[in-house]
Amino acid sequence: MNSSLGWMRPLIPEEIVLVSALLALVLDLAVLRRKSLAARAVGIGSAACLGCLAAMVWIARGQDDATAEMLALTPLTQFLKIVLLALTLVVVVISFGARFSRHLGEYFALLLIATAGLMLLISSDNLLIIFIALELLSLPLYVLTAFNKASLASAEAALKYFLFGSVASAFTLFGISLLYGLTGDLQLGTIGAKLGAQAVEPVFYAALVMTLAGFAFKVAAAPLHFWAPDVYQGAPAPIACFIASGSKVASFFVLARIIVAGFGPWHGSAAWDQFRAGWMPLLAVLAVLSMVVGNIAALVQTSVKRLLAYSAVAHGGYALLAFFGDSRQMLLSLFFYVITYSLTVLGAFAVVAVVENSGGCDRLADWAGLGRRAPLLSACMFVFMLSLAGIPPLSGFFGKFYLFTAAVAGAPPLGMLWLVIVAVGASAISLYYYLQVLKQIYAAEPPAGSQPFRPPYPALFSIALLAGLVIALGCAPGWLLGKLSVVLTSSAF
Amino acid sequence: MLAWTIYISFLGAAALALLPPESRRAARLTALLTALAGLAIALVGAAQYERQAPAGALVDLVNVPWIPDPDIGFHLAADGVSITLVLLTGIVAVAGVLFSWNIERRTREFFALYLALIGGVYGVFLSFDLFLLFVFYEIAIIPKYFLIAIWGSTRREYGAMKLALYSLVGSAMVLIGLIAAYVRSGAQTFDLLKLSQFPFPFAFQNWAFLLVFVGFAILAGLWPFHTWAPVGHVAAPTAASMLLAGVVMKLGAYGALRVAMTLFPDGLRAWQNEIALLAVIGIVYGATVALVQRDFKFVIGYSSVSHMGFVLLGLMTLTQIGLSGAVLQMFSHGIIAGLLFAVVGRMIYDRVHTRELSALQPMNLSVLAPFAAVTFVLAGAASMGLPGFSGFIAELQVLVGAWGSFPLLTILAGAGLLVGIAYMVRVWIKAFFAENDLKSGVIQIEPISIPERAGALLLLAATVLIGLWPGLLLNLITPTLHSPLFQRLVKGGPP
Amino acid sequence: MGVRVNTFPLLTILTLIPLLGGGATLFASNQPKLAQRIAFAFSLLALAGAALLWAVFEPSQAGWQFPERHAWVPSLGIDYHLGIDGLGLLMVLLSALLVPFAMLASWKIGQNPKLYFALILFLEAGLFGTFTALNFFHWFLYWELGLIPAFFLIKIWGGPRRTRAANQFFIYTLAGSVTMLLAFLAIFAATGLFDFGQLAQAAQNGGLDNALFAKLGSSLFKSKETLAAVVFLGVFLGFAVKAPLMPFHTWLPSAYAEAPTGTAMLLSGAMSKMGVYGFLRVLLPLFPTQMRAMQTPLLCLAVGTIVFSAAAALAQRDLKRMVAYSSINHVGYCLLGIFAVVRITGDTAAWGTEKAAALNGVMLQMFNHGLTASALFYFVGLIEQRSGGLRGLDDFGGLRKAAPVFCGLMGITLFASLGLPGLNGFVSEFLIFKGSLPLVGWAAAVSTLGLLITAIFLLAILQRVFSGPLQNRWAGWKDLTTGERLTVAPMIALMFVLGICPQILIRVANPAALAMLKLF
Repeated sequence: MNSSLGWMRPLIPEEIVLVSALLALVLDLAVLRRKSLAARAVGIGSAACLGCLAAMVWIARGQDDATAEMLALTPLTQFLKIVLLALTLVVVVISFGARFSRHLGEYFALLLIATAGLMLLISSDNLLIIFIALELLSLPLYVLTAFNKASLASAEAALKYFLFGSVASAFTLFGISLLYGLTGDLQLGTIGAKLGAQAVEPVFYAALVMTLAGFAFKVAAAPLHFWAPDVYQGAPAPIACFIASGSKVASFFVLARIIVAGFGPWHGSAAWDQFRAGWMPLLAVLAVLSMVVGNIAALVQTSVKRLLAYSAVAHGGYALLAFFGDSRQMLLSLFFYVITYSLTVLGAFAVVAVVENSGGCDRLADWAGLGRRAPLLSACMFVFMLSLAGIPPLSGFFGKFYLFTAAVAGAPPLGMLWLVIVAVGASAISLYYYLQVLKQIYAAEPPAGSQPFRPPYPALFSIALLAGLVIALGCAPGWLLGKLSVVLTSSAF
Repeated sequence: MLAWTIYISFLGAAALALLPPESRRAARLTALLTALAGLAIALVGAAQYERQAPAGALVDLVNVPWIPDPDIGFHLAADGVSITLVLLTGIVAVAGVLFSWNIERRTREFFALYLALIGGVYGVFLSFDLFLLFVFYEIAIIPKYFLIAIWGSTRREYGAMKLALYSLVGSAMVLIGLIAAYVRSGAQTFDLLKLSQFPFPFAFQNWAFLLVFVGFAILAGLWPFHTWAPVGHVAAPTAASMLLAGVVMKLGAYGALRVAMTLFPDGLRAWQNEIALLAVIGIVYGATVALVQRDFKFVIGYSSVSHMGFVLLGLMTLTQIGLSGAVLQMFSHGIIAGLLFAVVGRMIYDRVHTRELSALQPMNLSVLAPFAAVTFVLAGAASMGLPGFSGFIAELQVLVGAWGSFPLLTILAGAGLLVGIAYMVRVWIKAFFAENDLKSGVIQIEPISIPERAGALLLLAATVLIGLWPGLLLNLITPTLHSPLFQRLVKGGPP
Repeated sequence: MGVRVNTFPLLTILTLIPLLGGGATLFASNQPKLAQRIAFAFSLLALAGAALLWAVFEPSQAGWQFPERHAWVPSLGIDYHLGIDGLGLLMVLLSALLVPFAMLASWKIGQNPKLYFALILFLEAGLFGTFTALNFFHWFLYWELGLIPAFFLIKIWGGPRRTRAANQFFIYTLAGSVTMLLAFLAIFAATGLFDFGQLAQAAQNGGLDNALFAKLGSSLFKSKETLAAVVFLGVFLGFAVKAPLMPFHTWLPSAYAEAPTGTAMLLSGAMSKMGVYGFLRVLLPLFPTQMRAMQTPLLCLAVGTIVFSAAAALAQRDLKRMVAYSSINHVGYCLLGIFAVVRITGDTAAWGTEKAAALNGVMLQMFNHGLTASALFYFVGLIEQRSGGLRGLDDFGGLRKAAPVFCGLMGITLFASLGLPGLNGFVSEFLIFKGSLPLVGWAAAVSTLGLLITAIFLLAILQRVFSGPLQNRWAGWKDLTTGERLTVAPMIALMFVLGICPQILIRVANPAALAMLKLF
């Protein structure tokens, strides 16, 4: 390739995904227009799957180097991209049974574009690229949220998402511009160095808060979480899957990058007796609010999706605890947690999707006796719920455990114990609502005249695979920890 | 060898999950065989342990690294105290299966959850890595919830949730303490033996001990955190309440001993008096409240709180004899509580569908169900602490050990014993013996089945055997109390 | 037969016989009649064993005979320690004699005979065990073992108000047992001993009191005496309820009255002796100082028991209750003798004869009263049977005409209970008074009132029931059948034999009495 196209080389995986998106559209318009909905879904979806797989294979070949003008590709980012693609793959498979829209080509195309946005988001440490990727991610998601034209909730959710999201993006942009004004650069590493050399000005705090606001929105941290319940409930289930899983992984990665590389020295302190201004107290406040609000609101939910939404808010709060650990443990615990969480929540929403597609709805009461009607599906939901609650030997438990240990071990030692106490307490309370779901599934009697139903095989297979992964990563987390450790040490963050 | 108790239980649970749903007989037999295998392994393991030298030392069963970062190992080990409790679990497990022989609804799932719970309990008693212990401790919570929520009786959903949440809050407290200890020690390991060598500063131990101890003691029914116990026990189906009162409450006491007291002996001394006071309040309160209950099962539920008070008091004495009494009482009460719940739940409630004492009295159950009456009388005598049953030796040791440090509390505990006799006699008379001369045949109830008789005889034999030959268990417990781990506890001070 | 079988576990085997017999009765057969026979056979076997024991016992040998001692729970000072001396031998023999007697009396029991006879055998095992045990642990075990069968025997086969009687019996006795248990726990905490012999040695020269105060006292009790007194009271209560001593006797009249005949025979004949035995074996050696210190109140209680129970008996209209109160009265004499002996503690030879006499009298009275009381209950039971449930004093009259042999034999029993010379009751009461009059003059003097009142009511029975006009409804009153005559004959014979030749018993009791005196 000649050098003018050299910039394309590191981005080949994203390009593959985008090409697949276009292919999906073409396939739909040209070839599959006449076929039935099911056949179209499978056809286009398979094309999308192939695209993802191809991208994964390309990344795994591991030939990209780390240097490009505005990109920062490290073994960590490549690993995370594989994870993101895998998550998207599962979402696509879940969508095979989708009945909420006829515009399947557009659906898969938008999904893939959003995926490309995700991958781009984690590929760069230039604030402008990050912002662009954020928009690339968000705009398709707004549209996808509204995809269920038959549902009023879907439209409302999309509107809320769009409005909230736009405002948040505006805040982020403002923050980025302040940073540029303070340092004259958009590269995160340089920004960090330049900020470190300067004295602290009040404007800096404004920049910090603004920038973080956008990402706090993205990870649904309280008090910027208000979009989450409506969007998770209103959006079609596969999209909720996607938002809950892939988007979270990428957003946390970027958040980590910005904080560590950009604001690193200005951490301040949130330890029990040594409060100092910086991003640590800010994150501590966000964490506490998220955990408390998320868990308490979830206690009273009667809709499984909303329950999962508030649980997502709470889990965002737990994940923020990672930032209080020392540098190595921070990233290790954060990524372990976020990856296992995304697997779990993807599985949970997938189950919701399957149940919805089979004619049920997401009201808790309608899930009564599911254990008898769909044993394997319910067993997987059992695994997911308990993993979210943090019950060993599932991955959720180890993830939380590792987070808490990292937070307590960070300097000063035992300083963040108060935050961990809040987290542990919140986690304990959360068992209540997870058990409510499981109680409905297993303890309640199925309504009279209900039949056992058979979920579609590809979806069931993926869900079972996810459940298996959750169990495996819980019993033997060493594998993932080791892998993350290796890629972290070989990546400059 | 002993580690197989854990594996077999989980394997049994998995096997049960794979059976077809309607196969009740196969489910029961599988469960029984698994429980018997667990008991057999426990007995063999105990015999092996007793023969090995030096006596009382810790025996490593499995010690492989598990998660490298932080250093968590899959470390199972046993000493005399663990083995005593493993034996208890084995016996109660078998008895519980026998008493659940009549479960018709969703039999296979019941036994699968039951065996999973047993596996978790075995795991706690044999773990010597704190993380692993905590994992097994938490694993035990979920089967409990479902056993009560699905097969329970009075207010089962409320009871199940209360139990699960209390347990989880307790374990949350323990988790915080464990993480804090891990970080504070800087040892980068969760192994109990290594951590117990670390001299934690006193200021740290002061609160860490309280946190971890109370966290465990919630499950042991320490007053005033005991309120889950009566409600939970009453709501649970028979086998579950046998396990709950018999074994699961001992998890809490064991955790308190093995973790809180071993890691933080100085902190223990700081709180010794307060906890002993709470323990004795539990003894007296439990007994007094049991005296006025109208529901048969609530009497037994509160009596469990009272008996566990003895365990906690024994632990606080920090004398060899007191600790020995505490461990022996854990075993003894486990068997006796199992027996009492079995009679109340399975033999009586399943047949006459009422537990109100006022409703039971006219039925003259001593004539209708003589086996149940005799069993209950013997179980009640054991519960009172009459010589010849295991409770006597245990309570004697606790009282003797406690006298040295807490004379006033010991007298109160003795008063609690008296109240214990009173409520038991009251229940004897009210539940089984009618005022009037009722001919049997007015109410027909089905005879006590063979599995029930077998279960009752097993438990009775256990309590009488240990009552007459306490040496069988004391030979396991006493040498262990001489081992370095416990000597440090008894004597206090740096390792 | 002078063969000494020292290490042969004769006592354990003796105790095992009724235990196994009880089990065999319950499980061996489904037919009631066969089960009864099996039970009776075991009781005869036990009697044979007791007789063997009697024959092989060497009165002149000091100390415990047929000792068995095995370590059981060494860390708690619990040994399996058995042994027998004259006192124990008397009690064992008494129990062994009474049980077949009681069984024969209950032969026609209608309801669930299997369980009834099995419970009697378990009761016998409890009795044997209590009288041979020398370590608190299994002594207390057997003590309680006697309690539970007795409760059921009253509860299930008793009279119309049996529930209340059984409950009262159980609760009172249990309460007494519990205080005893707690007191012994305190003793254990102070000395680390459960063995009666070792405790007795420790108690000499006030050693026990010192140990109690040293280990337990300081913080809670101001003086050594108070602490020792509290512990003493605990043990005392247990025995006082059992004996019984007034005012702890209130359970007894109802219990004896409601109990079926065979049970009443055993209760009054053997079980009440457990209480007196406890005073002699446990309380006296361990707490001589306390007993001496509380001598006056104790004597008052004993005297009160004697006099008031006799008066109460006089006031009864129910024959069975009369015999019950009379039972309290007779045991009161035993307690009088014991409390008299403690007046002089310490090894003064001066009062040796009197003290020995009193103790001998106590032991003999235990044996003799056992015989007469059970025989009396047997006869009252027969009356109740023949009359279809009536047993009021005023319900009968002139039965002598209809059943002369009945009257004669019951008369003999009444006179024996009265203390007529020539019958066994006289010797024991004489010895008690011989010993206690010099020691505690006033108490003994007042107690003779009891003798007088007893004479009155016993003669009243004779007069009201047997003399006077025969009512029409009793015209068909049957005299004693051959079976009944055979049943009661051994007892009557013994009453004569022991009245004329008390040496048989004294030869065994005296060495035991002398050994006991050495203890305090």
